[in-house]
Amino acid sequence: MFRATLKSLLARKLRLILSGLAVVLGVMFVSGAFVLTDTLGRSFDAVFADAYEGVDVNVSAKPRMEVGDFEGDAVAMPVPAETVERIRNVAGVADATGIVAADGARLIGSNGKVVTSFGPPQIGANWVGTSDLVQLREGREPQADDEILVNAGLAKAGRVAVGDRVGVLTLEPKQEFTIVGVFGYSGGRDSLGGVNEVMFTTPVAQQLMLGQGDAFTNVTVSAAAGVANDRLRDDIAAVLGADFEVKTGAELSADSAATLKEGLSFFNRILLGFAAVALLVGTFLILNTFSIIVAQRTRELALMRAVGAGRRQIIGSVVLEAVAVGLLASVLGLGAGVGIGALLAYLFGNLSGGLDLAGIAVPPAAVIGAFGVGLIITVVAALLPALRASRIPPIAAMQDVAMPDRPLTKVTVTGAAVTSTGATLLFLGLGGHAGDNTLITILGGVLFAFIGVALLTPMISRPVVGLLGGLFSWWMPGKLGRLNSGRNPRRTAITAAALMVGIALVTGVTVILDSAKSSISGLAEDKIKAELVISGAQTGSRPPTFDPAVLEKTAALPGVALVGGAYGDLAQVGDERTWVGANSDVSTLTQIFGARATAGDISRLGPDQMLVSSDVATSRGLSVGSTVPVQLARAEAKTYTVSGIYEAGDFLDPVTLPATAAQGFTIPQPMMGFIQLTPGAQAADVLPRVETLLADSPEVSVADRKAFIEQQTEPLDGLLRMIQILLLLAIVIAVLGIINTLALSVLERTRELGLLRAVGLGRAQTMGMITVEAVVISVFGALLGIAVGAGLGAAVVEALHDEGITDLVFPWADMGTMVGLGALVGVLAAVIPAVRAARIDVLGAIAHD
Amino acid sequence: MTATVGRQAQAAARASEVWKVYGSGEAQVIALRGVSCEFEQSRFTAIMGPSGSGKSTLMHCLAGLDSVTRGTVSIGETTVTGLGDAGLTKLRREQVGFIFQQFNLLPTLTAKENILLPLSIAGRKPDQAWFDTVIETVGLRDRLDHRPAQLSGGQQQRVACARALVSRPQVIFADEPTGNLDSRAGAEVLKFLRNSVREHGQTIVMVTHDPTAAAYADRVVFLADGQIVSELIEPTAETVLDTMKKLDTQVEVGD
Repeated sequence: MFRATLKSLLARKLRLILSGLAVVLGVMFVSGAFVLTDTLGRSFDAVFADAYEGVDVNVSAKPRMEVGDFEGDAVAMPVPAETVERIRNVAGVADATGIVAADGARLIGSNGKVVTSFGPPQIGANWVGTSDLVQLREGREPQADDEILVNAGLAKAGRVAVGDRVGVLTLEPKQEFTIVGVFGYSGGRDSLGGVNEVMFTTPVAQQLMLGQGDAFTNVTVSAAAGVANDRLRDDIAAVLGADFEVKTGAELSADSAATLKEGLSFFNRILLGFAAVALLVGTFLILNTFSIIVAQRTRELALMRAVGAGRRQIIGSVVLEAVAVGLLASVLGLGAGVGIGALLAYLFGNLSGGLDLAGIAVPPAAVIGAFGVGLIITVVAALLPALRASRIPPIAAMQDVAMPDRPLTKVTVTGAAVTSTGATLLFLGLGGHAGDNTLITILGGVLFAFIGVALLTPMISRPVVGLLGGLFSWWMPGKLGRLNSGRNPRRTAITAAALMVGIALVTGVTVILDSAKSSISGLAEDKIKAELVISGAQTGSRPPTFDPAVLEKTAALPGVALVGGAYGDLAQVGDERTWVGANSDVSTLTQIFGARATAGDISRLGPDQMLVSSDVATSRGLSVGSTVPVQLARAEAKTYTVSGIYEAGDFLDPVTLPATAAQGFTIPQPMMGFIQLTPGAQAADVLPRVETLLADSPEVSVADRKAFIEQQTEPLDGLLRMIQILLLLAIVIAVLGIINTLALSVLERTRELGLLRAVGLGRAQTMGMITVEAVVISVFGALLGIAVGAGLGAAVVEALHDEGITDLVFPWADMGTMVGLGALVGVLAAVIPAVRAARIDVLGAIAHD
Repeated sequence: MTATVGRQAQAAARASEVWKVYGSGEAQVIALRGVSCEFEQSRFTAIMGPSGSGKSTLMHCLAGLDSVTRGTVSIGETTVTGLGDAGLTKLRREQVGFIFQQFNLLPTLTAKENILLPLSIAGRKPDQAWFDTVIETVGLRDRLDHRPAQLSGGQQQRVACARALVSRPQVIFADEPTGNLDSRAGAEVLKFLRNSVREHGQTIVMVTHDPTAAAYADRVVFLADGQIVSELIEPTAETVLDTMKKLDTQVEVGD
């Protein structure tokens, strides 16, 4: 039995490889994800180990606020300068150095643009001399307050050199400096993990990066000879007390790396998501291939039964085939995954400005994931065909047992049940009834919906395929193709369903994003009564900001009626972390955003007063006169009194603080500016003047309302394209499925093709016939996908109604493109099978048997 | 019926000095050794011979399904030898009809659609009167909307015959048309083929190993070892059987 199975497997290797390819791709993503995160993780470990190599013990102040995941970075409390002295006096300390190092030093390159970084921080620090790690490559140390050093990586990225006068944006608006030196790191590295560094003199660094003199972000300590690091750590901690965090260098390095690795899990999730899609489509493919193979081997399997093989053995033989395919696919997928993981790690390293990659290794999780996923998917998909194979009666060996088309009732009823389960799960998940399990519930709902619709597909396929094929019926080969595609509803259905998944996901995402886009622009149209808007696109971890002085200067321009600068930050308000805003001119709230007071006065705001939205007021039980303690990132805790409540609106912050409070925000500079013109003033006249004022704030630009609204939705367009491109993969896999199905059908119908050729069907007509069959199947799949995707998208949009997505937009043009894509996919998939069919030797085809 | 067989100008199909060799060297098999033969219009010719005599190969070469190693084959005015795929397709559409042992109907099409298939493929309109005549003759009027799976073997083969006839080809090649039928259904099909020759002037070339079937033909050509060895005009089952027996002994002696 075992030998027979392997023989038959080898005889069909090409076909199985084709269907196994989907599993290979799925496994590739799974193992690629693990390899990528493992490699990057170890690379970061190495970077931090290097960076903190010379540090025996590190002292920093406990942050003002404990910050959870996804709540932004904690702003560390500065360490007062006298702490350095206190540490030096601890027994066992050889030396202690006050360090200023904080994210947010943005150098303006020689092209006038800010040197951006995707991910790694842009550190502004104080120069404390060279060390084992930091080596001066060129020039000298900074002496005057307008002198800086930059690391070689930043010098290259910004195309700046020693002697250049450059602008640097920090907590303060642009200031000019002279580059007096360029430094690198041990081992000839230009940058540590892509980090850009600007080194100031200590007082300048304190002012620009901390916003206060006589303080440091942390103190590094070297231990005297013979003193153990952890011993010293405990000693220092004991002296300094509970307000400080004291860690050994090794601890610090491990903690820092752990934080970054946390961020990496994002990549993991994306890759695993695509793996899931690929594997879902792959399951359909494998199921179909094994079904066809079993159908073709009916005689052979019946013979085995006739010579005494039991049903179990038949099942075993099919499952064994699946195991072999799964193993092979897993091995190939693992190999490809290591490759893809390495490639992505390399790309990541390059994109982030030169992360030195640790060697590529294959973590056990990748191997376990690859084989687990590959084997399970293949075997599960092959189970149904295996059961069917076991039901072949031995008599089928002797004669052509007509295998009647089994009625579709059972599969349709099951499909309806599964689809309803999916719909119910979606309803629960999207309706917010699933609590903590929302994401799982929604994903489960989508999965069930896909499987359910796939089961319903055979039933739907009859009328739809008939209708679609009707388009080709005027042409004999077209008619034959249509009839062939309707011949085996199950096979057609599964093939189409594989395509459906990809198309449905693309359609769904497009519906959601287009609806979001339309809602956002609609809102902005409605709610923002400013003719000009100052804003910029966020490229790094920090939002773009500009010089607050621009606001005043703009207000003085002729034709400008009102200017509002919007500041914002996360802050601890009462016992919750909330986004708080501040406006340079609080009256803009009513005039530009159309805020309406529900209580108190919202047109004014004293230094100790705050405004809250009606939502916040309701949820926290606040009313005019309530007092709330607020802890900002860079200020002492302070209690504000609610002086007004405005109706919650989409462009209004939940909490508005007075303009003076903005100095305590992480970034005390405005992120956006809104300009309202006097009646009769032309936006086109004022715009260039504001542009001139923004010359020193290269992160932002000024745009009229229309352009601003477009800018707001641009990121969504980018996101949409990215998702569409990635989901194309699912469509590519589905194409493999169509090729597979057609190739097998051609093989099955060799004799028929021979006959058709014998009665005069030309080669081109033969190819036309196969192409029509493919196109009918693929367009059917596309239509199905569009319908399911539109449904899913509409459900999500409906669920997000309260989040501000009020418009439901169906992307008709994209849907049309998708149908076209479906047709194209069919034509492409048909090429190989059609050529094969056209090349069939007529004599051989009709004379065989 | 004239007895001067094989030399008339209006031959529907002709083979001249046809050699067919498969393989090379040790494995070389010579299927046809310089066969020359003509098949006159409006006659029903049977090709007979023991297994391996080359009778099927001869028919395949005549019909343009197989290429010849040497010699030429022509159908009507068309020289088949050397035709490319497009030429062969045209030939099959316009000049040749086929009837197979396995019926070879398309399961997705109704009887009527199967019958009209060659015309549909060629994009030609059926001649309604002729179509009606063919349907009447094969007696399938009330079965036209049935699919092959709903028809008996005899009915299926009659559909196949009607399919071959409906485009009025120069020659119909029938390959063991009764091989899969019981004797009664077989007799019906053969009668029907003979009638189409007698009444409508159709030319039919049939390969068979069944003397009873051959007896329906106007003429029987006997092949043995790749050569024409004998022929019978106006055969009966007995004369065919006798000739076959003789051939068998010759072959045995030859071995």
